[in-house]
Amino acid sequence: MDRREFLKRSMLVVAGLAVPAAALELIDPERLLAARPELRWAFLVDAYACVGCGFCVKACKLENEVPYDANVSRTWVERYVVKRDGSVLIDSPRAARDGFTTGKIELGEGKYAEVPAGEIEKSFFVPKLCNQCENPPCVQVCPVGATYQTADGVVLVDRKWCIGCGYCIMGCPYGVRFFHPVHHVAEKCNFCYHRISRGMKSACVDACPFGARKIGNLRDPDDPVTKTVLAGRVGILKEEYGTKPQVYYVGLTREVR
Amino acid sequence: MVHGEAWTVKELFVYPNEYIYWTIQIVMYPFLTGLVAGAFVLSSLYHVFGVKQLKEIARFSLVFSFALLPCAPMPLLLHLQQPLRNHHVLMTPHFTSAIAAFGIVFITYGMIVASELWFVYRGHFVATVHVLREKRDRTLQETGLMRLYSLLVLGAWDVSHHALEQDEKGVKVLAGVGIPVACFLHGYAGFIFGSVKANALWMTPLMPVIFICSAVVSGIALCILTYIATMEIRKLMAAWRRRENPALPSPTDLGGVEENVVRMTSRYLVMFLILAITLELLDLIFRGYTAVKSWDILRSVIYGKDFTAIFVLQYGLGNLVPFVLFLLPGLTVRRAVVGTILVLFGVFMMRWNVVIGGQAFSASFAGFMHYHLPIWPHDFETFKEGLFGALAVGAVPFVFFVILARIFPVFGQRDSH
Ligand code: SF4
Ligand code: SF4
Repeated sequence: MDRREFLKRSMLVVAGLAVPAAALELIDPERLLAARPELRWAFLVDAYACVGCGFCVKACKLENEVPYDANVSRTWVERYVVKRDGSVLIDSPRAARDGFTTGKIELGEGKYAEVPAGEIEKSFFVPKLCNQCENPPCVQVCPVGATYQTADGVVLVDRKWCIGCGYCIMGCPYGVRFFHPVHHVAEKCNFCYHRISRGMKSACVDACPFGARKIGNLRDPDDPVTKTVLAGRVGILKEEYGTKPQVYYVGLTREVR
Repeated sequence: MVHGEAWTVKELFVYPNEYIYWTIQIVMYPFLTGLVAGAFVLSSLYHVFGVKQLKEIARFSLVFSFALLPCAPMPLLLHLQQPLRNHHVLMTPHFTSAIAAFGIVFITYGMIVASELWFVYRGHFVATVHVLREKRDRTLQETGLMRLYSLLVLGAWDVSHHALEQDEKGVKVLAGVGIPVACFLHGYAGFIFGSVKANALWMTPLMPVIFICSAVVSGIALCILTYIATMEIRKLMAAWRRRENPALPSPTDLGGVEENVVRMTSRYLVMFLILAITLELLDLIFRGYTAVKSWDILRSVIYGKDFTAIFVLQYGLGNLVPFVLFLLPGLTVRRAVVGTILVLFGVFMMRWNVVIGGQAFSASFAGFMHYHLPIWPHDFETFKEGLFGALAVGAVPFVFFVILARIFPVFGQRDSH
């Protein structure tokens, strides 16, 4: 093979390699779905505003077809009761789907604790959902790429591709993931991606009568969520894991887990 | 009922979606891969480092490692919620995931063991085929074996001295390459856990090394145990056959368990056992010493909820007792049997305490979860993630071994390497 021939052939090879690469590029779902650098979804939770009614949880279950009576949920609300002696009692009965109907705190294994009003230092509610982390460990550990992050920052699960290994459930420090009881694949909150990508708000935001939940675009400086995130005193959960959550909290205290 | 609810009991505050998702099959998974890796390392001690006393058991453990190999992914498969999609891992591997590497490492390792087996047994194949070809009244089984061997020879019929020497070199190289790959195979099973930053108990860079050491321990223990058992069964069978045909060799001619093989092998076992325990204790002490945020909950699991499982069963019964049994002078075969069974139990408990213990506390650090191993299954899920599922997975390697040992004779006969 002379040099000319060699060059010709190598060009063929390079061209051959380039074609499938380009073809792949075209159908890359991440890019197709949301190649919008001007968009980054974020969530703002106001723990001062939340009264623990659980409307959001109910709405979420119905909207996203998570079986209503199954003991898992894409979002939930926690109740914190801090006693004068410093001890903290936390519960979220049935993910607070029906709100908090009793003053008794669920301790698991069918036990309850009743705290006399005089012993209570403070008590409050904290809604939880997937943080759509900037650096999501769930995406990192998924062996098949069924969990992936869109360009606008939302982490999604491909139900047709998930093998149900549960590695992502183990990898998420916030315990938001679970197995869908019907589809038997990993499941979690996706900020109601089907709604927000059509210009609507997520179901929980719409359902909250007290404005404790807001969703917005961090890249839009005029978005009220962005304004609060930038200028307000907001906190995020479990910062030490380096996951860079994009759910921001107003009124976070050190007791919150 | 959602996945995990059947066997999880929650105590205090646990996030609503948290259950014990990784059950006994995920305990079986590192246990089995550990046995694969350990058996291979044992066989390599002879081939690579020329530890002559291990010659007898080297071939045995190589075949055993090969029999264990296809069983290693079985628990993973049984635990998947979508087992029919398992090939996705190979079709679209997602390389940031530790599990995704499994297929690749596993196949590479399988090929190494298979080629090594081939080099070890090629001479034997050729010789047997020649003998069987000459034989006039072959039984059906013999004809089958002849055909199979002719196939397995892969056209390499040369059994000259030079060719056999080349084989031996091949074995050496493969055994040498195999050691790091075997360690990698298991080390990365440790990495699957060690790299989960969300889990305070798993998250340590020591995890892969701890896994490798205990893997070697368990692999050696199982090889000793099976070696003794097989030898004894062989003797019994010989005695039984001899009753009908006294011309056959007597059990004493066959030779029983070689005590010095057992003794020598146990010495390696003890060595790796010391290494494994040292690392595990180091990890434990380090956690207590540094006492980061998660230590409070870890301490209550390690020294409270899981005390019996960790200190009594794993360290006491599974490590300390066999340690003493092996170190007391005048090791007998019977004592070795008890010792190896306990060692295997100890390694199993170590896997259990990592996998199940790692899920014994909530990511909220404010509550606990208990795993109630399903014993009597009431549906397929409680079968496969319960006692019988685990037993089924544990039994398969022995079935494979019996089949493989018919093709690759593991004892005496002619020396082919
Ligand atoms: S909160 Fe959990 S599930 Fe959601 S993106 Fe972060 S790691 Fe993934
Ligand atoms: S359970 Fe599904 S989404 Fe989660 S890591 Fe496994 S394959 Fe990926």
